[in-house]
Amino acid sequence: MSSESNQPALRCDGLTKSFVVRHRDGVLRRRKVEVTAVADVTFEVAPGEMVGYLGPNGAGKSTTIKMITGILTPTAGQVATLGIDPVRRRTELARRIGVVFGQRTQLWWDLPLADSFELLHHVYRTDSARHAENLAAFVELLDMGSFIQTPVRQLSLGQRMRGELTAALLHDPDLVVLDEPTIGLDVVSKHAVRDFLAELNQERGTTVLLTTHDLDDVERLCSRMMIIDHGRVIHDGSVAGFKADYGTRRTVVVDLVDEQPPLDVAHTTVVRVDGRRQWLSFDRGETTAAAVVAGIAAATALEDLSVEEPEIEDLVREVYGRLPPDAAT
Amino acid sequence: MASNLRTYRILVGARIRSDWQYRVSFFFFLVSQTVVTALDLAVILVLFQVVPSLGGWSLEQVAVLYGITTLAFGLGDLFISQVETAARSIREGTFDRYLLRPLPTVLQISASEFALRRIGRSIPAAVVLVIALSSAGVDWTPDRILLLPLTVISGTVIFGAVWVVTSAISFWAVGAQEVANTFTYGGSFAHQYPLHIYGRWVRTILGWIIPMAFVAYVPTVHLLNAANPLGIPTWMAITPPFVALASALVARAVWAAAIRNYQSTGS
Repeated sequence: MSSESNQPALRCDGLTKSFVVRHRDGVLRRRKVEVTAVADVTFEVAPGEMVGYLGPNGAGKSTTIKMITGILTPTAGQVATLGIDPVRRRTELARRIGVVFGQRTQLWWDLPLADSFELLHHVYRTDSARHAENLAAFVELLDMGSFIQTPVRQLSLGQRMRGELTAALLHDPDLVVLDEPTIGLDVVSKHAVRDFLAELNQERGTTVLLTTHDLDDVERLCSRMMIIDHGRVIHDGSVAGFKADYGTRRTVVVDLVDEQPPLDVAHTTVVRVDGRRQWLSFDRGETTAAAVVAGIAAATALEDLSVEEPEIEDLVREVYGRLPPDAAT
Repeated sequence: MASNLRTYRILVGARIRSDWQYRVSFFFFLVSQTVVTALDLAVILVLFQVVPSLGGWSLEQVAVLYGITTLAFGLGDLFISQVETAARSIREGTFDRYLLRPLPTVLQISASEFALRRIGRSIPAAVVLVIALSSAGVDWTPDRILLLPLTVISGTVIFGAVWVVTSAISFWAVGAQEVANTFTYGGSFAHQYPLHIYGRWVRTILGWIIPMAFVAYVPTVHLLNAANPLGIPTWMAITPPFVALASALVARAVWAAAIRNYQSTGS
């Protein structure tokens, strides 16, 4: 879609943001503390990529997004969004990006949802035929026909989020930045939003950067994930690569013929016993699933078995846990 | 520019449609604004029960001054005063939305916080202005006919600029809005009376440094050929549009600095 497809959709180079926070120590005494929200973040996103940007609360995700979209000026480092300096050419960039902050509405609260779309058509000065075409497509994809004439304040969260997505995308942005687009949504809406984003990325080649707490979002949508903690990027790579790097533990779940005490198999630890079922955890570097199964079969008779991969959520938690405590500074 | 104005009109229309859902409170507020504004005039009327003239100005002449000042203030209130919501929307985190849209921030705030009920200030002002002008014995030469609309528009811009500057200051200092109101609301009240009745300091600060003397007093001296103890030269009657332009440029620069400060501090 972009004519400048050879340049990255997004480039951050040594991006840093620090804030001065004033603490009250006493009635008059105040102390200024500088807090670094984002520290030396460097990455590129190619056009058409869909990237998950993860991190715990306060890790610096939103601050990064605000610098990318021109809301905040970096303290140090550079950012180029669609090749543009976001703060200096704010309005120019605004026409070419779409932003959804899950917690804040950009719709007109007291008016029917359809009115918000019509107003955005004027704000972004989109071509009328293109606007109508996009709107019809989004109403169908996100199943908004039943509530498009309802005032926004009467919509459910899931309905509103579909409206927010549409509002951010009606002007055909080249890059979409989504901050927690599925937070608080019911299962149906969550799926609708995910399917919609996947389609958008595949059909239109829109570049998507999304922050989320929900690792399901990342697993289903993104080929690449970045993890930020304490303002620093601590992982940047494919989702599969992340699992390969961090997810070296596997669990063999076996259903034995009879109840047994915890099995003693080389290089494994029994992490759970439930009646005839046992969970044996092992490290892929030390042994293989085949060897573990052979070891169990040699010890006792078994009825059924399966091998479990670790949940990505557990892995991310493990990554945070591995950080030294002084990483905050 | 022209297309921005079209977008502005559409956004204001949407805002009025939203407010129309709460029309009882709309009318209540409209009436109360009209009454409160008219009360200022009642004070002037009571005053003239006691004294025959104020600084050499008759009731009709002061009423013209009241009309121009209050009308300019009312229009500034209607179109620009919304910028004072910026500090609150920064605290509530809704200000970012303005920065994500391809329109100037002041235009967006003015449109999205537009309140038609504020026209309640301008209605009594316009009525009084028409009555006072017809009974003040104005010598309607062509330059005076031209002067009147130019004065009202310039005055609106000057009040608007004061609003933008004071609202921008509250980006830095939370709570500065209360001080700022002294200049906007206080200034409009003070300038309902001839400038020369005030002491030197009030004249200097509220008249010339914050150039509210150009809203009504300076052109009105010439318009009415009224008593002129400060010796305002006739040619100064045409200065308000230039003062208005300069004020607007200053306001634009201060506002841009406030936005930059927000972008660098995030608060």
